[in-house]
Amino acid sequence: MAIYTRRRLINASVMALAMTATGFGLLWLVLVLWTLLWNGIGAITPALFSQMTPPPGSAGGLLNAIFGSVVMTLIATLIGTPTGILAGTFLAEYSRGSRFGELVRFINDILLSAPSIIVGLFVYELMVVRMGHFSAWAGAVALAIIVVPVVVRTTEDMLNLVPNALREAAAALGSPKWKVIVMVAYRAAIQGMVTGVMLAVARIAGETAPLLFTALNNQFWSTNLNAPMANLPVVIFQFAMSPYADWQVLAWGGALLITITVLFLNIGARALASWSTFKQ
Amino acid sequence: MSPATARQAMPLAPPAASDEHAQSPAHQKVLIRDVDFYYGAFKALKSITLPLHDKRVTAFVGPSGCGKSTLLRVLNRIYELYPGQRAIGEVIVDGENILAPGLDLNLLRARIGMVFQKPTPFPMSIYDNVAFGIRLYERLPNHELDDRVESALRRAALWDEVKDKLRQSGLGLSGGQQQRLCIARAVAVQPEILLLDEPASALDPISTQRIEELIAELKEDYCIAIVTHNMQQAARSSDYTAFMYLGELIEFDETERIFTHPKQKHTEDYITGRFG
Repeated sequence: MAIYTRRRLINASVMALAMTATGFGLLWLVLVLWTLLWNGIGAITPALFSQMTPPPGSAGGLLNAIFGSVVMTLIATLIGTPTGILAGTFLAEYSRGSRFGELVRFINDILLSAPSIIVGLFVYELMVVRMGHFSAWAGAVALAIIVVPVVVRTTEDMLNLVPNALREAAAALGSPKWKVIVMVAYRAAIQGMVTGVMLAVARIAGETAPLLFTALNNQFWSTNLNAPMANLPVVIFQFAMSPYADWQVLAWGGALLITITVLFLNIGARALASWSTFKQ
Repeated sequence: MSPATARQAMPLAPPAASDEHAQSPAHQKVLIRDVDFYYGAFKALKSITLPLHDKRVTAFVGPSGCGKSTLLRVLNRIYELYPGQRAIGEVIVDGENILAPGLDLNLLRARIGMVFQKPTPFPMSIYDNVAFGIRLYERLPNHELDDRVESALRRAALWDEVKDKLRQSGLGLSGGQQQRLCIARAVAVQPEILLLDEPASALDPISTQRIEELIAELKEDYCIAIVTHNMQQAARSSDYTAFMYLGELIEFDETERIFTHPKQKHTEDYITGRFG
């Protein structure tokens, strides 16, 4: 009986510790979100979505920055997703047990955790210096480099979850390997792969460092991919650091906008993932 | 249950047509000759030699790990999906050695269908599951494809249960239905040989009985090899039985004889349940 009481006590104290730790972690998240809402909600006005970033002291919005962020995120996703899916497919389906596969996986893991400022500097050297100016293209490429390892990893993980029995069954019908992959393995893994892409988009939506060295910023409306382009993270960075109150308000608004976008991308990804497990 | 009563307990009378076939002389479809198999350095099959007859069912029995599934996997070379697995020897199908290097494995597998232990429906509609194999090698107009899918599902005794939901996911079917879907998928490509790797071991008794009825019907057209752990199933549904142990073929004979007068003591002990 003494042993049983002791176990109950240990159980209760460990449970209390775990809950305190959870509460501590959540507290900061709630504080961050609360501060953001408190300061940012006032900036969410129609003007925010319809006017350009203003000079200090005049009214304006973030339209050019929102547009720039959407365009560069879109191009980065369009470059990064096929590259990542193909590389992830190579790792999961073609390189099982090979040295080269191990090497690629190792390098991808390093890239996955590489500081994004390094990616920014790399693209700065690679594109900005050679072209002689900042550009939206360079920004998109920098973001794509961040997308690729995320998509490679989730694609590989999701394909590894597809049971080999399914591949054997397709091969046993006389299906060539590429058809086994495209028509059976991809179909079985598609929800997880899409989730991975959404998480990668969420990840780059708020990246600042790579854009600071590549797309920089643009005070005006610009659709020229060969010129510097405004984007939310760099505008937030610049406006938040400024001494002007109206710029600071816009920075709060932009920060709230990015946070909400990322939140919904994450919720969407989770919903998709749970929907797929429900379906099976 | 003694082997003799096991055979009497066969739940269904085979169709009249198969009785005719049973009397016609057996034509040797496959000859497995001196086949060794390795998983890396481990030798899983030791010099296996036996024939498989057309329009007959050959059952492979033996304790777990004896190599019966491995032998089945040699016959369509599915083991080649995994590096480090290799087979040595000859498997002659209609005069051609299918273990020869340079053979087109996809074409080979289109001729030799396989159904696995666990049902493996593809994550697509019931219709597309059955049409998958057909589309690989044939370009058919829609109505012909529909006919092929329907006749395959009828052959697998699944048509009546799924005819109103062909566009629904194959994953939504019950285990027994999924396995019959896999059989439909395998027969839809009109193979010459059917390999069944414990097709009923994951199923309830009623589904098992349906699968056995199906095997009895399918053998009118195919050369069938079945791996099973179930002695009664082997006794009920096969014409020939091979008993394997530790990678060796201990005895091969007509099922009737294996189950009534086995030549090897080892075989007798296993089929009467004294070991295994």
